Amino acid sequence: MSIIYFLIGCSLLLAICFLTAFFWAQRTGQNEDLHTPSMRILLDDEDEGDDEK
Amino acid sequence: MILSATIEKTLCYHCGDECLTKDNTVEDKHFCCHGCKSVYQILSANKLCSYYNYNQHPGATQARIDKRFDYLNEPSIVSELIDYTDERVTIVTFYIPHIHCSSCLWLLEQLNKINPAVHYCRVDFLKKQLNIRFEHKKLSLQQLVELLYDIGYEPLISLQDIIKKQNAATKDNLVSKIAVAGFCFGNVMLLSFPEYFGITSFEHSFKYFFGILNILICIPVVFYSGWGYFVSAWQNLRNKILNIDFPLALGIAVLFIRSATEVFTRTGAGFADTLCGLVFFLLVGKFVQKKTYHHISFERDYRSFFPVAVQILEDEVEKPIPLSQLQIHHRMVIRHNEIIPADAILLKGDALIDFSFVTGESVPVSKTLGEIIYAGGRQTGEAIEMEVVKPVSQSYLTQLWNNEAFTRKQDNRMQTFNEKVSKYFTIVLLLIAFTSLIFWLPTDYKRGFAAFTAVMIVACPCALALSTPFTMSAALSIFDKNFFYLKNTAAVEQLARIKTIVLDKTGTITTDDNNDIELEATLTDEQKQLVYSACINSIHPLCRMIYHYLGCKERLPVTDYSEIPGKGISATIGKHQLRIGSAKWVFDNREETASSTRVHIMIDGIYLGYFAFEHHYREGMEKISALEPSLNLHLLSGDQDHELKELLPFFKDATRMHFNQSPQAKLDFIQSLQNNDDKVMMIGDGLNDSGALKQSDLGVAITDNVNNFSPGSDAILDGRSFDKLPAFLRFSKDTVKIIHFSFLISLTYNLIGLSYAVTGNLSPLIAAILMPVSTVTIISFTSIATHLAAKKRKLL
Repeated sequence: MSIIYFLIGCSLLLAICFLTAFFWAQRTGQNEDLHTPSMRILLDDEDEGDDEK
Repeated sequence: MILSATIEKTLCYHCGDECLTKDNTVEDKHFCCHGCKSVYQILSANKLCSYYNYNQHPGATQARIDKRFDYLNEPSIVSELIDYTDERVTIVTFYIPHIHCSSCLWLLEQLNKINPAVHYCRVDFLKKQLNIRFEHKKLSLQQLVELLYDIGYEPLISLQDIIKKQNAATKDNLVSKIAVAGFCFGNVMLLSFPEYFGITSFEHSFKYFFGILNILICIPVVFYSGWGYFVSAWQNLRNKILNIDFPLALGIAVLFIRSATEVFTRTGAGFADTLCGLVFFLLVGKFVQKKTYHHISFERDYRSFFPVAVQILEDEVEKPIPLSQLQIHHRMVIRHNEIIPADAILLKGDALIDFSFVTGESVPVSKTLGEIIYAGGRQTGEAIEMEVVKPVSQSYLTQLWNNEAFTRKQDNRMQTFNEKVSKYFTIVLLLIAFTSLIFWLPTDYKRGFAAFTAVMIVACPCALALSTPFTMSAALSIFDKNFFYLKNTAAVEQLARIKTIVLDKTGTITTDDNNDIELEATLTDEQKQLVYSACINSIHPLCRMIYHYLGCKERLPVTDYSEIPGKGISATIGKHQLRIGSAKWVFDNREETASSTRVHIMIDGIYLGYFAFEHHYREGMEKISALEPSLNLHLLSGDQDHELKELLPFFKDATRMHFNQSPQAKLDFIQSLQNNDDKVMMIGDGLNDSGALKQSDLGVAITDNVNNFSPGSDAILDGRSFDKLPAFLRFSKDTVKIIHFSFLISLTYNLIGLSYAVTGNLSPLIAAILMPVSTVTIISFTSIATHLAAKKRKLL
């Protein structure tokens, strides 16, 4: 059962990785504007061909 | 009849306003004005016409033509506005009130197609902000703003950039704290389960390991996530206030110390999961309470209304200076549609000042040379020259902000229920804790300390601390859905205690264009066309209403047009002579006697009749006057008492109506009511109400467009929801009742817990169950009850 020490260590490490990922997202402002991207995705991309006609 | 009239209407392709002339037409698309047409032409020249495909009529009306951004060349102003600059690029963030649909988003992010010097632009839709990075050598800030203006998105540049400041202030790391607490809560729970489910004797070494791990995980919860509670409790103690943070901090500390001792002395499993859960739920409650409206600002003062810079004449040369440098004896030049920023003497030009900003009165007032014009008026018509007599901050209007109502700290106007209760709660809690300690101490000191700490743990007012934020935030979102925006959760409780409502008149219970216009004359179609053609030349609001009333007509060429401010217009169209205006103007000698405003028409010397303008009150006024006698109603107006008779039915008593009130008098009136122990709600809209709004217990600014400027207040009410005000008041009372009831529920849980705790037999399992269960009960009870109450008041 000593494997449990290792497993708990692994699980904690993994969870801390996720926590750091969240912190990173928070610090770089990725959670600041959650509304605009949802609208932006609905707008069509203007391709060059469309531009020239 | 009505149906056919609506079909005939042509709507502007750009902004959707009704087209009153047929002059502005491009490729069978109609535009209401030249401005809208030119926006379309710019967009079509740059192949950006998809703008019109995403939404119908996405533009803002361009009828106003005042393109003056010279002041953006002034380095001192520019440096105030921009976020960042280096040799090559500049980054700037603009607040653009018109951002409202996906077309706006699309167009504003295509700016570099119009001008390649723009490198990057990103819209933040909810905040209505545009972040632009551009090469300032190729494109100056002024040119950039002009470009935005040309495509119909004029950024709002004001001295007091509140929106930016507000967003900066909310940047604490609450979310990070919640993340840490949640992370620890989850892990500690997992590690605590084996203990609760029973650990066989040969696995006993794990028990110690889990315990140590739990304590380690708790450290960031206590010293990072929960640290704010210790700081706040300590600060309040030093100010001799017992608020809810004190028992909370005590609970956290006791939980941590006891868990650590139990684990290290191997006497028990500790309460690590209760501790993490407590901090996590508390922080979530805090988060919920912090509702922010990104696009609404409650802290505006006159500086947001005034321009950033003003043109002054120095040695006969015009130059822009920042408003802060404006001094007495400066000669300023005010053009059409510009706001006069300081009290000044009129030196040159015809002044026709629209004081709607200050008084809400929409009819412009004409001023003669040498007269002092108060700050806050907007010039309509030609450019005027004025000499400043008082600095900006000392003028008639702005000195209101020097009143103590504006310097006083806001928070302690009314104690919330939570604050009141938590004081007694803390005292009782400490009493019980010490009694149980003293009771057990002589017989069994271990049990005594166990009981003492258990009381602290179990009575920790987690549910109590959560009931207010969750109820209030549910209530706020219900108000929000009904277009009533409250500044914070405490405002709901203030709303529930209101005893007296004071209403401003112009703009609050009357609206700008809700005047009923009636034609008391029989005009032929040709005569109507003549009147229309004459009136369309004028910018006077009554003329505007007349030509709107007459609808879209062919515009005839006008010769010999003259307009005398405050009187009327005369015009020659073809062979016809027209005189339109007041009785004095049309008949030369007679004074106006009628109660309503009238505009008389005379064509070729024959009097034909008049247009009558009836004042029209905001919908729902009857409902508000029905609130009497449970509430007192007062009217506080800066106007003359013309409408006394019409308003009497709403206010019952003429002594309840106060006319001719200066901004300072309004503030003083509120204060006198408050001195009689009245809780006063002030509803107003203009800058002249600012003092009264600030002084009142709950200042509500009413506006027909929440993105427009409204004076600083506790709440902003959209004009559409004015009739719901009585329902809002009742609902806020319900909300307070819900808080009281949820307080009872949380007390019950505390009592159950205490019955275990005082005996010293609190097991970690019971604490671990009791805490989340009580929290969940409170959260679900408050949200369901608030929802039901809103349904009952027909707010959902």
